[in-house]
Amino acid sequence: MTEINATAPKRGVPLWAQVIIWTLLVGLLVLVGVTLNKRQQGSVRPGTEIPDFTLTLFDGYQYEGRSKISLSDLRGKVVVINFWASWCKPCEQEAGELQQVWAEYADSGEVVFLGVDYVDTEPEARVYLQKFGIDFPNGPDMGTKVSQMFRTTGVPETYFIDQNGVLQYVKVGPFVSADEIRNQLDKMLP
Amino acid sequence: MIADFGYGILVVSLVVALYSVAAAAMGVINKSSPLIESARRAMLLTWPLISISALALIYLLVNNHYEISFVYEVTSSSMPTYLKITAWWGGQAGSLVFWSWLMSAFASLVTLRKWDRDREFLPYVIIVASITLAFFLTMSVVFENPFARLYQTPEGIAAHTFAPANSVVFTPEDGRGLNPLLRHPGMIIHPPMLYLGFVSFVIPFAFAMAALITGRSDDRWIRITRRWTLWAWLFLSFGLVLGGRWAYDVLGWGGYWGWDPVEIAAFMPWLTGTAFLHSVMIQEKRGQFKQWNMILVILTYALVIFGTFLTRSGVLSSVHAFANSPIGPFFMGFVALTLIVSLALLIWRWPELNSETEMKSMLSREALFLLNNLLFMSVLVICFVGVIYPLVSELATGAKVTVGPPWYEFSTSPLFAMLMFLMAIAPLSSWGLSSQEKLSNLNKPVLGGILALPVLVFAIFWKQLTFMIGSWPGVVIALAVILAVAALMYIFRKLIWLAAVLAAVSTVYLYFTYTQNIIALIGFFLIVLVLAVTIREFWRAVRARQNSQQENFALAFARLIGRNRRRYGGYIIHVSMMLMAVGILGIEMFQKETQGQVAAGEALTISGYTVKFEDIASWNNPPEQVNYTRAVVGIYKGDQYLGQLYPRKDMYFSDRQMLNPTQPMSIPGNFSSFKDDLYVLLVDWEPASASGATFKIYVNPLVNWLWIGSLLFFIGVVIAAWPDKEAEYATARVRNKAYQPSSAD
Amino acid sequence: MKKHLRIALQVLALVLILTGVWAGVAAAQGSTPTDDEVNAIAKQLYCPVCENTPLDVCPTEACRQWRELIRQQLADGWSEDQIKQYFVDNYGARVLGEPPRTGLNWVVYLLPPALILAGAFVLFRAMRSWIKPTSVEAGPAESKTIPLVQDDYVSKFEEELRKRK
Repeated sequence: MTEINATAPKRGVPLWAQVIIWTLLVGLLVLVGVTLNKRQQGSVRPGTEIPDFTLTLFDGYQYEGRSKISLSDLRGKVVVINFWASWCKPCEQEAGELQQVWAEYADSGEVVFLGVDYVDTEPEARVYLQKFGIDFPNGPDMGTKVSQMFRTTGVPETYFIDQNGVLQYVKVGPFVSADEIRNQLDKMLP
Repeated sequence: MIADFGYGILVVSLVVALYSVAAAAMGVINKSSPLIESARRAMLLTWPLISISALALIYLLVNNHYEISFVYEVTSSSMPTYLKITAWWGGQAGSLVFWSWLMSAFASLVTLRKWDRDREFLPYVIIVASITLAFFLTMSVVFENPFARLYQTPEGIAAHTFAPANSVVFTPEDGRGLNPLLRHPGMIIHPPMLYLGFVSFVIPFAFAMAALITGRSDDRWIRITRRWTLWAWLFLSFGLVLGGRWAYDVLGWGGYWGWDPVEIAAFMPWLTGTAFLHSVMIQEKRGQFKQWNMILVILTYALVIFGTFLTRSGVLSSVHAFANSPIGPFFMGFVALTLIVSLALLIWRWPELNSETEMKSMLSREALFLLNNLLFMSVLVICFVGVIYPLVSELATGAKVTVGPPWYEFSTSPLFAMLMFLMAIAPLSSWGLSSQEKLSNLNKPVLGGILALPVLVFAIFWKQLTFMIGSWPGVVIALAVILAVAALMYIFRKLIWLAAVLAAVSTVYLYFTYTQNIIALIGFFLIVLVLAVTIREFWRAVRARQNSQQENFALAFARLIGRNRRRYGGYIIHVSMMLMAVGILGIEMFQKETQGQVAAGEALTISGYTVKFEDIASWNNPPEQVNYTRAVVGIYKGDQYLGQLYPRKDMYFSDRQMLNPTQPMSIPGNFSSFKDDLYVLLVDWEPASASGATFKIYVNPLVNWLWIGSLLFFIGVVIAAWPDKEAEYATARVRNKAYQPSSAD
Repeated sequence: MKKHLRIALQVLALVLILTGVWAGVAAAQGSTPTDDEVNAIAKQLYCPVCENTPLDVCPTEACRQWRELIRQQLADGWSEDQIKQYFVDNYGARVLGEPPRTGLNWVVYLLPPALILAGAFVLFRAMRSWIKPTSVEAGPAESKTIPLVQDDYVSKFEEELRKRK
């Protein structure tokens, strides 16, 4: 065996091949690393300014007469964005409370609630909205555009954005009481 | 107390593992064998240490110490003791300790062997194994401590290794209990088998690294590790099969393999491992393909580590994946380190690994083995692209895509068909038909043309290959396959004709009695061909023995296998693969399903079976937090009563906030026979009355052969891998003499 | 006169066609699609919120709702392609079992065959360079001691017989 080795031509890996191999390896590591970083970020942190987005509302829902709502239209108001889905059982626990608190604050004009229906079927979503008598603006996010922006980790999740468009508080999971929502709102209102 | 003890021991074993790395490294630098010996002993110490720590963990699991976060996560008071023990690997933190424990067991086993001839390997094997072990232990000690307690602080309850300020230990009333999907017996053995497979590939890798570092370019490391590799491969294969069986029995989708990214992550090292097991035979006999074997071993280990990382860090999302975990970045670092170091070493030693390669012809034994390797690597490429592409797409365009079973099936099936054909000619390749004389009467350009055609057609119509049979590309493909088979048949005509006739007759028979599906027919043709050739090989060999040794058939058969375990074990594995292929073809091509709502007393019919809904009952089991609904159905084949089945639906009440908070489990009722499985699922029912229920019924033809095949597979690998020291050395010496008359070794 | 007749005939034809279409739609709406019809389509779609789970076997509440949606759409006379398109438009390409053949997704269809062909080419080239027609310089002695197939059972027996003697 050793003899065969001795006679074998000692050729190294050509430089071009080395360059390709290392590039591929580094590329793979970068790809995986970036993805890992993205996965580990979790949802958007309080203190972040939320970029603008537009949500098309369900038929029958509107905001100031329009069937679309943009975050930029809501500057100067506290915005409560609630992610939910009709198939989500814990969402039902807080649906009544959300509507209740909304009803209390709606007239002040200082707060806007916005329901975002995460990957859902429209007929079932309507049934859900009707069941809980929800009348604050609601729109579907079937393609997860908005949820991806917030990097939601599940439903329900609620985001409180202040008058300057900066995220102040994130609630993961259902609210236990209406007071919990009120307290958070009162902290943010002048 | 016990928890502190367990954690302490875990820390000590980490220190010991690190010491063993340092001592081995110092030993090499100072050429000090006492230091290396000390490193070896440290290595041997890790296994008892981790065992003690594991015992502490098991003690906590069994005795309901819910103040321990991990115990709280995976057990509950209502679980039987054996489940509490197996809950050890039911969650991330515990399974990491389990992994370290297996790892140290293997490392200890390998350090116990005689090292006389391979002294120079020892320190490097210790270094590689201990670094890996230290890495896994660090993850347990720093990031995923299974002994962490729950502490109540003003901010809430959280798990901490050390008590934070102003905190009291929090002890929940009861644990959350093991994930219901993991309570199945198949799931209890499946992960340990997979881990065993994964972990045991560390040893060949460690030897390969040692060979690269020392620059010892002979194939000594392969001789030492080939049995390891076989056992590793056995565990990995069995882990995969058990996973399939588990899916079939518990997941309730009528299948066993879903081309899920995590399944593929475990399948990829299997592919390279299988390729290695084949190509290593050539290196052993002829000293060729050293570079290639080195690549395969490194690749296998890299895929093990990379796959584990993808699954455990939450990079891949899948039913199998562990939840987001803090180990991600650290693990990522280890993966990068492993890949970069091994690649650098490989490139550095590449010239030394060069070996004079020589072969007689394109159809020689070596060439066929290389073709086999090419096909396995092709399947690997497909799997890798399929797993990685969704990440690329998500990053580049923000769009999530599914690369699912249809894509994998059409991509890989032609490759699997070609692998089957290679199996058919494998026994023939050792019969001298590779010699030049027998092929001299061939017109090589014509043959090349005939062979190139199917490759070309596969390349162009690769999508349509499986699904457009009936339209013109399908016809072209079928034609091409037939041409290719014809060409190879022509080459191997003297040896294969009997098997080919048998296969052709069976195929024609199946065409008139069972199916007209061209793909299925090609599949069955290949299966019969492989079986016939392999069995004939056995037959001839046994007859020859009978004649020359005057033994009876059984004895001749047993001795034949006993004298050449690896070869005949290998053939048994090929046969078992064909049995599995029968099952896979059956369920993939001929699965029938129906779903319908029926009232009590009514029946659904499918493929000659009648399933009559008899009764349904629903009850809660509060301690286990589960609601069971069980239906009773009577099953009939024609008018013949076969018995009852009890499809079940278990709903677990859960307080966890997940994307799908109430994930029910559908446990099928399954009536199994050699011909087919009747697989009944309870889909839905009318609440509060036995008036109606919805069933989904699958008829899965031939799927039982998949499980029968896997049992035979197990036997085959055990035969091939059974330790047989004396004979091994003897034959090795004989071969060395026969093949390398001029060699000094 | 003739012109009027033609218009009348055309109107009549139109009415007939429309009635036919209406009748067809009505018939489609009249019967509830069976579970098997729903599953046949659901099988080809993937649950948009779970990972890699076909819609027909996914046990969650969300998937049950999607199956009902398919049933509703079938009842409304939608074709299979329309339903699939609806799902893609609403939930994105991830509901399909394989990436649609557009843009970057071609990578998935072209890269593996390209790599495999490249591998086959490299292997073929390498093998061709390794093939040495029974070389003269190797010498007759070596070519006899390295036969490819030495380890068949016949020689084994001989060896064994020799040992026993």
